[in-house]
Amino acid sequence: MILESKAPKGDIQTAWDRHKFDVKMVNPANKRKYTVIVVGTGLAGASAAASLGELGYNVLNFAFQDSARRAHSIAAQGGINAAKNYQGDGDSIYRLFYDTVKGGDFRAREENVYRLAQVSVNIIDQAVAQGVPFAREYGGLLANRSFGGALVSRTFYAQGQTGQQLLIGAYQALMRQVNDGKVKLFTRTEMLDLVIQDGHARGIITRNLVSGKVERWVADAVVLATGGYSNVFFLSTNAMGCNVTSTWRAARRGALFANPCYTQIHPTCIPVSGGYQSKLTLMSESLRNDGRVWAPKNPADGWDSSKGKVGKDPRQIPEAERDYFLERRYPTFGNLVPRDVASRAAKKACDDGQGIAYEGRGVYLDFGDAIQRLGKDAVGERYGNLFEMYERITGDSPYETPMRIYPAPHYTMGGLWVDYNLQSNVPGLFVIGEANFSDHGANRLGASALMQGLSDGYFVLPYTIGHYLAQVGPRGKSTEWDSFKQVEGEVTERTDKLMSIKGKRSVDSFHRELGLLMWEHCGMARNAKGLSLLLQEIPRIRAEFWENVSVPGTPGELNQVLERAGRVADFLEFAEMMALDALEREESCGGHFREEHQSAEGEAERDDEKFQYVAAWEFKGVGVRPELHKEALDFRYVKPSKRSYK
Amino acid sequence: MNLTLHVWRQKGPNDPGRFETYPATGISEHMSFLEMLDTVNEKLEAEGKEPIVFEHDCREGICGCCGFMIDGKAHGGQHKTTVCQLHMRSFKDGDELTLEPWRAQAFPVIKDLMVDRSAFDRIIQSGGYVSVRSGSPQDANAILIGKEVADRAFDAAACIGCGACVASCPNAAAMLFTGAKITHLGVLPQGAPERFRRVQAMTTQMDMEGFGYCTNHGECSAYCPKGISLDVIARMNQDLLLAQVVTRDEVRREGGE
Amino acid sequence: MSWFMRFARSTIGMKVAMAISGLLLFGFVIGHMLGNLQVYIGPSALNHYGAALQGNQGLLWVVRLGLLAILFTHVGSSVALVLRAKAARPQGYRKWQGKVSTYASRTMRVSGPILLLFIIFHLLHLTVGTVHPDLQHCATQATGDLQCFVYQNVDAAFSLDTAGTTMAVQLGIVAFYLVAMLLLGMHLGHGAYSMFRTLGLNSPRYDKVARAFATAVAVLIVVGNCSIPLAVATGLVGAAGGH
Ligand SMILES: Cc1cc2nc3c(=O)[nH]c(=O)nc-3n(C[C@H](O)[C@H](O)[C@H](O)COP(=O)(O)OP(=O)(O)OC[C@H]3O[C@@H](n4cnc5c(N)ncnc54)[C@H](O)[C@@H]3O)c2cc1C
Ligand code: FES
Repeated sequence: MILESKAPKGDIQTAWDRHKFDVKMVNPANKRKYTVIVVGTGLAGASAAASLGELGYNVLNFAFQDSARRAHSIAAQGGINAAKNYQGDGDSIYRLFYDTVKGGDFRAREENVYRLAQVSVNIIDQAVAQGVPFAREYGGLLANRSFGGALVSRTFYAQGQTGQQLLIGAYQALMRQVNDGKVKLFTRTEMLDLVIQDGHARGIITRNLVSGKVERWVADAVVLATGGYSNVFFLSTNAMGCNVTSTWRAARRGALFANPCYTQIHPTCIPVSGGYQSKLTLMSESLRNDGRVWAPKNPADGWDSSKGKVGKDPRQIPEAERDYFLERRYPTFGNLVPRDVASRAAKKACDDGQGIAYEGRGVYLDFGDAIQRLGKDAVGERYGNLFEMYERITGDSPYETPMRIYPAPHYTMGGLWVDYNLQSNVPGLFVIGEANFSDHGANRLGASALMQGLSDGYFVLPYTIGHYLAQVGPRGKSTEWDSFKQVEGEVTERTDKLMSIKGKRSVDSFHRELGLLMWEHCGMARNAKGLSLLLQEIPRIRAEFWENVSVPGTPGELNQVLERAGRVADFLEFAEMMALDALEREESCGGHFREEHQSAEGEAERDDEKFQYVAAWEFKGVGVRPELHKEALDFRYVKPSKRSYK
Repeated sequence: MNLTLHVWRQKGPNDPGRFETYPATGISEHMSFLEMLDTVNEKLEAEGKEPIVFEHDCREGICGCCGFMIDGKAHGGQHKTTVCQLHMRSFKDGDELTLEPWRAQAFPVIKDLMVDRSAFDRIIQSGGYVSVRSGSPQDANAILIGKEVADRAFDAAACIGCGACVASCPNAAAMLFTGAKITHLGVLPQGAPERFRRVQAMTTQMDMEGFGYCTNHGECSAYCPKGISLDVIARMNQDLLLAQVVTRDEVRREGGE
Repeated sequence: MSWFMRFARSTIGMKVAMAISGLLLFGFVIGHMLGNLQVYIGPSALNHYGAALQGNQGLLWVVRLGLLAILFTHVGSSVALVLRAKAARPQGYRKWQGKVSTYASRTMRVSGPILLLFIIFHLLHLTVGTVHPDLQHCATQATGDLQCFVYQNVDAAFSLDTAGTTMAVQLGIVAFYLVAMLLLGMHLGHGAYSMFRTLGLNSPRYDKVARAFATAVAVLIVVGNCSIPLAVATGLVGAAGGH
């Protein structure tokens, strides 16, 4: 299969404008003849559904939560990037483009990234027009902060709740369309499969989570905006319901899954506190602007598992016995090195026995100096709500004692392969937001996911989907096609199978077992041995799952265990592809760190000669090796260089 | 530590429902309240029994999915804390806790501790937005908004739509929720043009959903995990009164329907 | 006028009706108290005041009917809203714990009906005289002046050794007045504060001031109104200047 990016050739700065002019347009009077399914109401899904509704299409919009407003985008704290250059500090579209390509370790498509940087500017205008209450200066202008080690202040924010405010803006736009009857919203409805008719994506099969009813939906195109798969690690900063189901089901029907091994680990999360832990909580990256990361030099001062606590109270450890390892290893960027670098450094300190939290997995983030320098009030002004949140969870106050932090899975750059039009290799199947693989390469810059989701939904998809629809024209629609009957049959059969096992182990116990293994061998650092082990272990766990999982209740009612069982079953298939991708990518790039490929100082070593491509995998059957398709990447503007933050 | 839970179990909207008692044993003080319930559920599941249904997703206190009454207190009553953020260190060994769903006519029970809050969505749908379409609005900095106004809008916009206000209100009123949206959009210049139309449409929908009315007890705000101020209700009342005075008949009718 | 009916029937509209009628009743209570406090000046002051009020029967009835309508609005809207609250939560909690609601705010629905009973009793007591031991109505004198006996009536109403009743009955009546006035104080205290909010007249800046103001006025009303039966019952006012 040849993967065509369909990106416009020639000058990158005019590429998107030219493309918008070149695409086919749907006659306004004809738009109501088309129905589009949008799965997901996160930033990507809600913005897309609202925009398509405004344009006049009929939209069917689905989410598994009880309200569109609760999609996981709501949890984003830090902010959203845009190349507005409001601060006059030398930012530009080109600089955001450059930073994103470089930050992604030269594994993203340049044209997509350039468009993202261009559109970023409109997103802020759009959000402000909707009434999103971004932070402001006294004079009434929008405020910005610098984020995640960027050298310019281009991040817009709304206290620590940027994602919430942006999502509510998109949700309100969506509800306006619901009110106008252009969007039909189906909450508490989970997509369980994709229906392909004559080679085109034409519908989905869903389960109503309240009644258990399995239903068919037909449309002219299907848009997946279902978010990322970080929960393959069981413990992550993602919401409990985040899943790979919709994208994996599409992959099983022929959509290519690209770069599954690119996952991002966020360095500043609250460490695990015990085996019962159900999820991890992120502490905004902005904390590293003033906090200093360290671990005790002396392992005896660290975690003592026999006692279940640290050897020495951090406040008693003198300066000389503290290892400020980020400042030591990266003198220029210090505590502000990118996420992957900071995460690995913390892992290394813990591997070396310096860890300070449960099972030796944690380091300190200390505000002692900042409080001395700026005063408690000024620190409280900046981080007060984060400190409160930390104290609520851990019972300790960061004003008095250093925070404990540890990296945690947070974002997945991998996803379904899409071209410049955000269309997958299956015609009529579009994928937007975190669910697709585009734009971030092997590593995502802080505050860029919100930007990408909204860019896809408000400004890109509404144009590119028209191109597809105009080409295929209005077509007949029926849920009575054999394709629907067949896929629905398969969905019901799978549900019945899950219900009939009546085994002894809980769904979570399988998820936890898988997650721990993935975290250990396919997490922050990976090696051939561990990955090969995974490829043996995953099928074993999967086999046991299908023999011994316990799903009480019935399928014809609200059944939360059944919901989780279906999601875990998909993770158990998907994880294998992820491990294989990590094994095959014999280089270190961005979030993917292969221990075999590092310099003497422990820095990642990329191999552009062999791996400057997108790895898009084609599903060939459960337990069967998927087929690899490559999309070669060409860097015409930002020449690949070694990322260095020394 | 070990606790005893009296939990409301209800199969569906038509089941009368009843309390059942479950032990929660071997609970660590570092667990969140929902993790404590997870351990109870995992035991039930492994025994092939139906686990206790409760709604949750982010477990970070931001999505607004979670929420039920613990001993008659919405979200357990800790200051500005959702139940997913409530930790077991605020309970002690041997405690007996009563868990009940939000109770309101407008929030029918779906199962156990899970209720249907779609009434909130319909209130927003009736007018809780600024009518702009995706496209090219003016530059974001073309509208100057003083910090005080922006902060006031933000404070009201911080609502997570969990429903604790309705649950804790002795009258099961949804005025804090509705007032928060009306204040958020109403104080901003972007939302000002639709201000009066919005307040009429949203309060009409609020009444239609069957919520109660406000007697200024203040419980809603006290139990609100985001600390939304009662002032938003006054602002809503003020807007609705003003709307009667300043809007023209035509608009009024449109807003009311 | 359909927009008006729609507004009037909305929960906020009914609250506004309750707030405005409450405000008017509040004003009446203050005026009524100020008039009554003339008891401390002496019999002639109070009796002249009574005569002045009774002098213009036309106006008096307009005011009376007006007050009745206001009261009706106040009670009517509150009944409608209480029913609505009941319907809004058909199934109550096994347990419910308040955090900030005050005793006064939670007992509005109890204090309201008791106050209504009190008003009826008060009218029968000191206006109609049905339950008064010896009510003397105003009478036109030979001079053509109207002579009223408000002072004497009050004295007889609360003094403990009035002919025609027993001391126990009188004690009971005084106690009922005192309890009713305490309830009135609570009702007005929360009501006034609540009214500011319902009418959207509050602002975060002077919310505390509004609350303090409402409480202060409520306390003054309780003290002023309670002082009269107490003063009479203890003999501080009455007998000396009365009979
Ligand atoms: C804690 C945290 C903090 C973050 N902070 C930032 C930040 O500061 N800046 C930034 O740029 N990014 C941040 N991110 C990343 C960013 O929030 C996400 O990448 C982004 O919001 C994803 O949006 P989305 O619309 O693609 O998906 P989501 O918001 O995850 O939405 C997915 C939607 O799909 C629906 N769905 C999923 N599966 C199904 C199914 N099978 N059937 C039906 N519906 C389904 C869900 O109901 C939901 O509506 C953060 C992420 C986390 C976890
Ligand atoms: S689960 Fe999201 S707020 Fe509690």
